[in-house]
Amino acid sequence: MTEYVIRFCLGGFAVSAFAVLGDLFRPKSFAGLFGAAPSVAVATLAMAFWNQGAAYAALEGRSMMIGSLALCLYSVAVCQLMKRYELPALVATVLSLTVWTLIALGGKWLLFG
Amino acid sequence: MNVRIKLSALRETRWHEYLTRFVFGGLATVCAGAIASLSGPEIGGLFLAFPAVFCASATLIEKHERERKEKAGVRGTRRGKEAAALDAAGAALGSFGLLAFGAAIWLLAGYSSWLAILVASAAWCVVSLLLWSIRRRIWAWRQLNFGPWSAAAQASFPKSKAPRIEAGPD
Repeated sequence: MTEYVIRFCLGGFAVSAFAVLGDLFRPKSFAGLFGAAPSVAVATLAMAFWNQGAAYAALEGRSMMIGSLALCLYSVAVCQLMKRYELPALVATVLSLTVWTLIALGGKWLLFG
Repeated sequence: MNVRIKLSALRETRWHEYLTRFVFGGLATVCAGAIASLSGPEIGGLFLAFPAVFCASATLIEKHERERKEKAGVRGTRRGKEAAALDAAGAALGSFGLLAFGAAIWLLAGYSSWLAILVASAAWCVVSLLLWSIRRRIWAWRQLNFGPWSAAAQASFPKSKAPRIEAGPD
């Protein structure tokens, strides 16, 4: 239980800190870089190194590379849905989650089985 | 356009919006850990790049931009969507930085945990900034050569309607 509380606090703090940085910077395309900041990753990997060891964290890092490619295509999908079809941000971001899921799980299945 | 800091943007975010981000971020981290515990690090690792707080962030950006325009007396719906779309375009570039982060962890985890996290963070920063800088240069070049103010566009306009420019690109 304590571990999950620490995870929650670390993750919440890291995500909030990067979100504030994203609010501060202009132009918007630059601020968007912080939308793909490793906020959840830093907190989770720090805990993984501490609890499960280096080999476990290395495997998480390797899978994270596929997740990142899925995030790239997700962001492109969100951008296109809002610019071309003028969908509201909430609808575009939720719909595009299917892109992330398909690419992440499909990529993992293709590369690592 | 140069990168600048706009401190007044912090005043636009209300306390409950900060709280929402904190809770979403905390929950995303707990879920990523729980998925890794249940399904192993290969599935869990995917969720380290899950766009958990992207929905909340994009919605806030759209809302803030729309409110700013409406305060100025114009309809801000379209501008709000454009701002959120630009943020998503930035995130697409930043995701390559995240890929570099994952690669550094994968390659360096065996040496030292702190070294791996430090180098990975630096890799995220360098790759993201480099790609953004390249994209900005390409955009500027395209504007100069093919945009509405380019010499070609100027030549295609009738002289009376052509926008005037003081100096050429070279």
